[in-house]
Amino acid sequence: MDANELLIWARGPGFDIALTIFVVGMLLRLLEVLALGKKPDLSAPRGSGPEGAVRTLIARTLPRKTVFDKEPLRIINGYVLHIGFFIVLFLYGPHIAFFESFLGFGWPALPSGIVDAISAITILSLIAALVFRMNNNVMRFLSTPGDYIAWAVTLLPVLTGYLAYNHLLLPYTLMLALHLLSVELLLVVAPFTKLTHMFSFAMARWYQGYQAGRRGVES
Amino acid sequence: MNDLTLGERLRQRGVSRRGFMKFCAATASMMALPPMMIPKVAAALEQAKKPSVIWLSFQECTACTESLTRSHAPSIEGLIFDHISLDYHHTLQAAAGHAAEHAREEAMKEHWGKYLVVVDGSIPMGANGAYSTVAGHSNVDTMHEVAEGAAAIIAVGTCAAYGGLPMADPNPTDAVSVEDLVTDKPIVNVPGCPPIPTVMTGVLAHFLTFGRLPELDHLKRPKVFYGQNIHDRCYRRPFYERGEFAETFDDEGARKGWCLYKLGCKGPTTYNACATAKWNEGTSWPVEAGHGCIGCSEPRFWDAGGFYQALSVPTSDVGSTILTAGAAGLAVGAAAAVLNKKTKGAAVANRETITIKDLSKES
Repeated sequence: MDANELLIWARGPGFDIALTIFVVGMLLRLLEVLALGKKPDLSAPRGSGPEGAVRTLIARTLPRKTVFDKEPLRIINGYVLHIGFFIVLFLYGPHIAFFESFLGFGWPALPSGIVDAISAITILSLIAALVFRMNNNVMRFLSTPGDYIAWAVTLLPVLTGYLAYNHLLLPYTLMLALHLLSVELLLVVAPFTKLTHMFSFAMARWYQGYQAGRRGVES
Repeated sequence: MNDLTLGERLRQRGVSRRGFMKFCAATASMMALPPMMIPKVAAALEQAKKPSVIWLSFQECTACTESLTRSHAPSIEGLIFDHISLDYHHTLQAAAGHAAEHAREEAMKEHWGKYLVVVDGSIPMGANGAYSTVAGHSNVDTMHEVAEGAAAIIAVGTCAAYGGLPMADPNPTDAVSVEDLVTDKPIVNVPGCPPIPTVMTGVLAHFLTFGRLPELDHLKRPKVFYGQNIHDRCYRRPFYERGEFAETFDDEGARKGWCLYKLGCKGPTTYNACATAKWNEGTSWPVEAGHGCIGCSEPRFWDAGGFYQALSVPTSDVGSTILTAGAAGLAVGAAAAVLNKKTKGAAVANRETITIKDLSKES
């Protein structure tokens, strides 16, 4: 199978299969959590649940001083990684064309050179994240294979995209096919690793914030 | 007349020494040769004898011939093309029927082992090759017969090089490319739909100059012409870099000449010389005319999704996949939720009372 064939497969059947697994898997995981439900809380509320939920949604997006003071680099790296990934995913012209194809609307793209630089920063940030994990005894001890798999499948699309754009290592067509395949790998793996947090983070924060808010507890 | 060298023939046609040297310099630079090679190119071309060429047209649309016979006529490239002894070309030759076939057989006999074969069109293998026949011979039989005594084969056009449109899904005639069929001869692929005339004459000039075929890439294309992709040499590339894309063929971006990526341009995955060599005597080329590259010189470009679908957009319908998978996901999720509830209910129902005694280490 040559590069063109691989690209045709990755753009067609391959993407379909991966997207189906992603959507079904993600809904399965989220619905399972939602269906757990909770017992009716009969106590008189001491505060507002929704207010606490919104507060937590925001608060957990911002750095917490006590944690930040302890490991500022790791926290900053977390922001760099996430923001970098978002910019590369949503503000690169060809990616916008992809979203536009099924959303029906697009948005302005960033200059490719800037996205290129940001993807390089994101790659370095992901490597730094691994170094932080390996260098911290507690984190290393708590890490499961799932953590490393999640890390690898997140790195691969950014890395192959960067290599494709800059014509490094392999011919562009082959690298583009590998880039799409790595995205497909991410889609397949995401529902079954901690990468579910891309959706569940809001649910979790809402739930915990709501509980705390209702009890009048700071969160 | 047939014994004339290329130099003599060109002088006979009134081409000046200066004009000839200019052509040699252009050819040398086109083939990425160092300047010191120009006199060598000139000397070799000057002395080049008329090579015998047998041109086989199979499942094709004649656009390759149309393209090549109009190569910058009446320029020196055109004369180079005139210089070859086109002993058989059933579209161009005056002879017809048995006389034409006879000319081919004669040329083969006379130049056995030395003639060049140019092929345009794919070769149908289905129904024992009956989908395309010339003078009662199937294309596949002719290909094998003519290839046997060939010095080299030049597969002109994407059909001959990779199967092209006849091979498009579902490939009703079971079409194959030249290299699928002939494995024991040097083959050069000059893909394109049609290929650029100067690329074709460049390959011929190279053969006349050095007596061998140019350096090829992994798809058997001459590296000098197919070494870089359209996107990298595109004059609209700065717009891509700035994230400025035409969204439709008549919007402001299109009028300003912005990048055509979102309109389906396949420039990034297409390796050809259009962006530099251009068409019609260097007048223009598809992207300059306002239409994205369709990747016509790449294998299987015909099955690679819509021409107007951006390269980053999957060829399948993403929206309907999401909806279908979404519905399936809801059903699976609901089923899992019911199952989990049942398991939980059963566990609660069957729970055994445990006392502190049961938990003590001695038990």
